[in-house]
Amino acid sequence: MIEAKHVSKWFDGQQVLYDISAVFDSGKTNLIIGQSGSGKTVFMKCLIGLLTPEEGEILYDGRRFRDLDMSRKRQLRTEIGMLFQGSALFDNETVMGNVMFPLKMFSTLSHADQLKRAQFCIDRVGLKNANDKYPSEISGGMQKRVAIARAIALNPRYLFCDEPNSGLDPQTSILIDELLSDITHEYGITTIINTHDMNSVLGIGENIVFINKGHCDWKGNDRTIYKSTNADLNGFVFASRLFKEVKQYLERKYED
Amino acid sequence: MIVNSIKSFGQYCLFMTQVFRIPDKWREFFKSLVFEIYKLGVDSIPLVIIISLFIGAVICIQMTINITSPMIPAYSTGMATREILVLEFSSTMMCLILAGKVGSNIASEIGTMRVTEQIDALEIMGLNSANFIVLPKIIGFLIFVPVLCVLSMFMGLVGGWFIARFTDMLSVENYVYGIQSFFIPWNVYYSIIKTVVFAYIITSVAAFFGYYVKGGALEVGKASTNAVVSSSILILLADVILTKLLLQ
Repeated sequence: MIEAKHVSKWFDGQQVLYDISAVFDSGKTNLIIGQSGSGKTVFMKCLIGLLTPEEGEILYDGRRFRDLDMSRKRQLRTEIGMLFQGSALFDNETVMGNVMFPLKMFSTLSHADQLKRAQFCIDRVGLKNANDKYPSEISGGMQKRVAIARAIALNPRYLFCDEPNSGLDPQTSILIDELLSDITHEYGITTIINTHDMNSVLGIGENIVFINKGHCDWKGNDRTIYKSTNADLNGFVFASRLFKEVKQYLERKYED
Repeated sequence: MIVNSIKSFGQYCLFMTQVFRIPDKWREFFKSLVFEIYKLGVDSIPLVIIISLFIGAVICIQMTINITSPMIPAYSTGMATREILVLEFSSTMMCLILAGKVGSNIASEIGTMRVTEQIDALEIMGLNSANFIVLPKIIGFLIFVPVLCVLSMFMGLVGGWFIARFTDMLSVENYVYGIQSFFIPWNVYYSIIKTVVFAYIITSVAAFFGYYVKGGALEVGKASTNAVVSSSILILLADVILTKLLLQ
């Protein structure tokens, strides 16, 4: 479980996050949603520790991130997997090399066991015949899968995903969502997904935090979101005609 | 501008304190080191050979044309060619050229890693990214640059020899006698010391500019250009200081 308590962040005197508190549960897909520029990426970077909030604190299963010394922070980081928006795969490594990388750097496994574990992760994300290919030789969807395989290589307790569906076609987006959801439930990971993809919100949003202009405006899940009276949230989530119809359908479905 | 320069220098010093740490995994460090020696050093050999060969030949021609007085012995052409090559060309000029090749390579590689979030990925994993990426580059180039320096001296002298051998401007005997005359071994050491310092400037400054890139592909290009310009200026400044310290 990850807890954010009263997190505020400024850049050059300008406040971008205002007193955000949220709890992200283990074994659930936790979504941070919001418009572009709302501050959700900054909030996620604060959660990971890439940015330090000026006020507030982040707790990883009760461990206050700010209070940890350097070696404990590094230890904690080995428990974190991260899926970046652009995948952030190492260009000079093959698919296998990318998945092997955290194992080589942090595990005490033998080389044979590292290979076995890497192959398991590659198989788990459904990649076939791609081990010797470089990131530039595979599609965006495959790159995302490799990034997920690399992120889960060390059996992380916490998995962060920054807009995992950006740049992907709807079908591949759904596959990636399902994969993240499956992995989260299978290994009991605390998964936090930063997204503005409405399919993800309604498909895998077990715990949703809506960030609006740096404020935490709403909390709920995919079953309660359609009932919300928050105008900004409704304007954001059900902006298109299709999603307005989806909302009406969901209202009817859950009322019945 | 002065405040910005001081800020940048402070940031550079902090960056270096991150770079010069004990590597997380020695095995991975040595693998990277060998790779960087090959990429930054061995790959530069053809460039060094071609430039040194032609510049050595040109210096020899210029010396022959300009030293026309019957009071000056014929072998002085070879001697002057050697002195120019050893004292300045093979160290300073060669490093200014390598600043373009190696410096822009490092800045653009690290800058691209920054804008594609590969550096963030390393940080998230708990690695000291500055140490992991930059240290093998600095150490690798420092190890190999004396080889490039000595190779440049040798090829420059060979370039001069070609002029003596294949033109009628001067005799091979006079040229060979000239390059051996009044030789001071310390000058070679002086040149190598300078090259090592310049190699540190090239790699660390380029890495600094690449590491702190913000933005996209355009900024990576700008960082690469800035790295080459800044390291070239610093090389010239260091050249003056080292010459005063080592040769006076």
